[in-house]
Amino acid sequence: MASSQQYDERLDSRRRRGLIFSGLLFVATVFGLVVLITLIVDVVMQGAQWLGWDFLTRFPSRIPERAGIKSAIVGSIWMILLTAGISVPIGVASALYLEEYAPRGWFLKLIQININNLAGIPSVVYGILGLVLFVRFFALGRSLLAGALTMALLILPIIVISAQEALRAIPSGIRESAFALGATRRQVVWSHLLPMSAPSIMTGVILALSRAIGETAPLIMIGALTFIAFLPTSVLDPFTVLPIQIFNWTARPQADFQSLAAAGIVILMIVLFLMNLSAILLRNHFEKYRSR
Amino acid sequence: MVVSRHVSKRSLAGAPGGGDLSVNVFRSPKERVVEYALGLCALISVLTTLGIAAVLVFESLNFFAEVSIVDFLTETRWTPQFTEKHFGIWPLLSGTLLITVIAAIVALPIGLMSAIFIAEYAPSRIRKVLKPGLELLAGIPTVVYGYFALTFVTPLLQTFIPGLNIYNALSAGIVVGVMIIPMVSSLSEDAIRAVPRSLAEGAYALGATRIEVVLRVMVPGAISGIVASFILALSRAVGETMIVTLAAGAMPNLTANPMESVQTMTAFIVNVSLGDTPQGTVEFYSLFAVGLVLFLMTLSMNFLANLIIRKYRERY
Repeated sequence: MASSQQYDERLDSRRRRGLIFSGLLFVATVFGLVVLITLIVDVVMQGAQWLGWDFLTRFPSRIPERAGIKSAIVGSIWMILLTAGISVPIGVASALYLEEYAPRGWFLKLIQININNLAGIPSVVYGILGLVLFVRFFALGRSLLAGALTMALLILPIIVISAQEALRAIPSGIRESAFALGATRRQVVWSHLLPMSAPSIMTGVILALSRAIGETAPLIMIGALTFIAFLPTSVLDPFTVLPIQIFNWTARPQADFQSLAAAGIVILMIVLFLMNLSAILLRNHFEKYRSR
Repeated sequence: MVVSRHVSKRSLAGAPGGGDLSVNVFRSPKERVVEYALGLCALISVLTTLGIAAVLVFESLNFFAEVSIVDFLTETRWTPQFTEKHFGIWPLLSGTLLITVIAAIVALPIGLMSAIFIAEYAPSRIRKVLKPGLELLAGIPTVVYGYFALTFVTPLLQTFIPGLNIYNALSAGIVVGVMIIPMVSSLSEDAIRAVPRSLAEGAYALGATRIEVVLRVMVPGAISGIVASFILALSRAVGETMIVTLAAGAMPNLTANPMESVQTMTAFIVNVSLGDTPQGTVEFYSLFAVGLVLFLMTLSMNFLANLIIRKYRERY
């Protein structure tokens, strides 16, 4: 038996170590937030001089004082609408198939592993696919449609995964009781599963689209980086988007253009903030509705 | 982004006939049409993977018709624009590795410590601020990080390191690290939370302090998930494009010196399509060969992460 002299609790030093450790943890966690705040403050301070109505309603220009982001904003809106129009139906349909229809087995497993891996492929690789497949093979050129198709493939895995989670969250009793009353599978999907999961699917879709609105590399790959001082009138027109315009301005050596980039970033971040806010509000509304 | 790995099927345990609700028992053609249409949509994801692989392999063949694969893998010079062309991947690989290592030094400790703090230390009111804050960090577009690296972090570093090149691996690597912090922290936090409370309580009951519980029980218990989160985050760093294009430069450079300008594989791919490289030339096709290497690297890292999770996960 160990005597109490041999056993040393060293409680004081152990507690001191714990205190130092927790301090370190706190500093590390706050580091990320400090960077976030620094970034936002820096961008707002740099870009403030250009922000105004004129900035939103002018086309890009070689003269910083006359430059604006009209074509980029309109291009981004086109891009998001097209991307959503392509990826949401396909993504939700895929999720429905995987969750509600696909027979269990190796094929389902394969598709699932594949979707998870797709989500980890660098966006620039999707850009290569878009360049070869949409721009050259389907001869869509450097058009909005080629960009939106590329972007749709990029966010498809995100939409599928979030829609699957939304469907999985529906209690199986709903399906069983509907089947028990003689509903066909199509009726169960249309009248129960889709309406019930719609709000959380929407939340996932908004988050996926906010990824798409900030993506730059795939669009550079399909050749979207050109001087665009007009608005697209059809989906086959060349285009520019906010992140491309920001990249273009940032890459220039003149300080004026870099602060224009900061102003563009402020606009992009406001758009992203509004999208995230609507996703959160949607989720909260849904949770309230569910608890009633 | 790895959200889930399993297809959970609602099994009707105990129901007669096996009870797989996914089997469509309805024979009407309308029902079948819906099923096939939905299945076709699910196939698109498989086709995307096949498409990416096919495009990279076939277009790379054009490149390897002119440059031998041995030269590509062994030469140490990457000079597509020079009259004397060399296509050795090593300068691009070393650039990518340098950025990834710097990002790892920043993100892995900070991300893991954030995860521990959020999972074990933070009171719920503070957690409600910290978590969305880190999520916001994850939602910032990479081009914005690129701007930040070039116009804020680099000048800041230059005040400490005189003579630092405006394009350098250090600044880009640090910012890539910041970008992947949320990924490390949220995935590691999930892993730590999955360790049963009873293990921690048992350790507390034996007289362990909080730091001992965290470092000797919770972290070892979650180690497979933590390592997987590290690999996934690093795979993201390898594939990161805009930050390195803007802040690390466009100089293929076989170096381990973070003060120098380097070019990563992703930055090379972007620069080829930014420049006026005529399509159909070796320089142009080299982007597919580099893309193939990038694709294989990230793919194998993702596989490795999933393998670790599947194989070494403690089952509680």
